[in-house]
Amino acid sequence: MPWQPSADIHLLKQRAKVINQIRAFFDARDVLEVDTPVMSRYGVSDPNIDSIPVTFTPDGASIGTSMYLMSSPEYAMKRLLAAGSGCIYQIAKAFRNGEAGRRHNPEFTLLEWYRLDFNLEQLMQEVACLIDTVLAGEVLEWHFWSYRQAFEEVLSIDPLTASDDAIKAKALAHVDIQMDDCTPRDTWLDLLMSHCIEPQLPTACFIYDYPASQAALARTGLDEWGNKVARRFEVYVNSIELANGYHELTDPQEQERRFALDNVARNTMGKVPMDAEVRLIGALQAGLPECSGVALGVERLLMLASGEKDIAKVMAFNHHLA
Amino acid sequence: MANYSSNEFKSGLKVMLEGDPCSMVDVEFVKPGKGQAFTRVRMKNLKTGRVWDRTFKSGESIEAADVMDLNMEYLYTDGEFWHFMLTDGTFEQYGADASAVGDSIKWLKEQEVYVVTLWNDAPIAVLAPNFVDLEVTETDPGLKGDTAQGGSKPAILATGATVRVPLFIEQGEFLKIDTRSGEYVSRA
Repeated sequence: MPWQPSADIHLLKQRAKVINQIRAFFDARDVLEVDTPVMSRYGVSDPNIDSIPVTFTPDGASIGTSMYLMSSPEYAMKRLLAAGSGCIYQIAKAFRNGEAGRRHNPEFTLLEWYRLDFNLEQLMQEVACLIDTVLAGEVLEWHFWSYRQAFEEVLSIDPLTASDDAIKAKALAHVDIQMDDCTPRDTWLDLLMSHCIEPQLPTACFIYDYPASQAALARTGLDEWGNKVARRFEVYVNSIELANGYHELTDPQEQERRFALDNVARNTMGKVPMDAEVRLIGALQAGLPECSGVALGVERLLMLASGEKDIAKVMAFNHHLA
Repeated sequence: MANYSSNEFKSGLKVMLEGDPCSMVDVEFVKPGKGQAFTRVRMKNLKTGRVWDRTFKSGESIEAADVMDLNMEYLYTDGEFWHFMLTDGTFEQYGADASAVGDSIKWLKEQEVYVVTLWNDAPIAVLAPNFVDLEVTETDPGLKGDTAQGGSKPAILATGATVRVPLFIEQGEFLKIDTRSGEYVSRA
C-alpha cells in the first residue's frame, strides 16, 4: 500500500497560501469566520446529494444515534445568521456519498459564505473578485449569462418554455444514453448542461436564473419575460463548475414545502427519505435576515490556480489513500 | 459473463454494447453540484474502431466482453486469413480475416510480434508494434552526397506499403518505420 501523499509538497504550500488569501479576503471585508459541526443529526434532503451516515454511541449505550457527515455547512450557518451573527464565512470539510472522480472526492473542502443584504448580482461580483484575487496575475474576462441565454446560445432552445418532449429530443440528439420514459425534465436539462453547454461556455462565466424546479434553497422570482426562475447562480471557469450561490429563501413555510418535495423526489428515485432539519425551520421562523450565500469548492479553485487536472493532486491524501 | 456497474468503470475495461465488444478509453464521473450524477465514457468499438462518447446513469450496469489482448507472432497469409501464433510457448495458432487485420496489413512482417485482440476466442483486431524494420523493395536510385539536403521520394516496402523517405535511401535498405504515423524514422 502506498503511504505517500497524492499531492506534491509544493502544491500543499500553494494550498496553504490560497487558504490564507481567502482568510485575508474576508477579514478585509469584516466577514466573521465560523466553524460549525461536521457531524449532525440531520443530513441534506436534496435528492441528488447523499450524506454519509455515521453512528454516535454514548459510552455504555447499546444503541447509538444515527448522524450524518455534513454535505455542506448550509443549515448550521443559516442558524447562526438567524441568531444575529452578521456576515459569516467558513472553510468547511464536506462529505458526499458516491462522489469520486477526477473532479470529485467524497471528502472535500467548501468555502461557504453569506452576505447580509446582498442580492445575487452583488454576490456574483464578490465571487469574481475572490477568484481574481486567488488567480493573481491572470486576468479573467467575466461573462454573465442567464440559464436561458446559455441554452439559446449553444442549443437554440428555450429551457424555460420548450415542451418536455422538445427538451428530451434535444438531449437524445446530443447525448448517447438510455433513459427511462419517466425521466424528469430537469434530468434532461442537466444532461444538456453538462454535455453540451458547459464545454461551450466562455472561459469565466456565471450562469444565473435557473428553472424554478431547480431552486434548491434559493428563492424564486420572475425574469424579465415573466418566467418563474430560481435566484441561483453557478460559476464556471474553463468549463469547470466552481461555486453555487443563492439569494436565500427566508420563508419557513416554503422551506418546509421544499423539504417535503425533496422527499417525494427521493422516494421516486428509490432513496431513503431524510427527516427535515427542524432547527432550520425554527431559525427561519425566528427570522433569517435578507442575504445571499455561496459555496465554492476549494479544491476546484486550487485545480484552476495550479493547472492540475486531478483533484487528488491538490489534496494531501485523496480517498484512496485516506 | 459478469456485469460491471457504473462505479466499476475504468479505462481499459472491455464491455458489450449493442452486440459489439468495446473498450473504455476514458471514464469521467460527471455530477453537477445540484443535479444527477452520470458516468461519461469515451468508448471504442473494437470491431469497427469507432470512438464515441456514451453516458451512463449511476448504477447502470453493462455486460463484460470476453476480450483479451495477446502477443502473437505473424506467420503467413493464405490470401484469406493472416495466421498468427501465440508467443507464450503453446504454439497455438489463430487466423485473422481482413477486417480484423485492418490497416495493420501494411506493417505485417514474418516473425514480428503483434498484439492480437481476441473476442470469444476469435481475432477481431491486430495492433502492430510502434516501430517495425522493413526492406525497401522499390524506389528511385539514391542521390549520393545529398544526405544533408531536404526533399523526399516515395519508397515501396516489402509489405507493399508506400512511405516518404529521404532522397539518399537505396533499394534493398532496411528502414525503421513508425507504424502509428506511417512515417520513416531512420535507417534500421
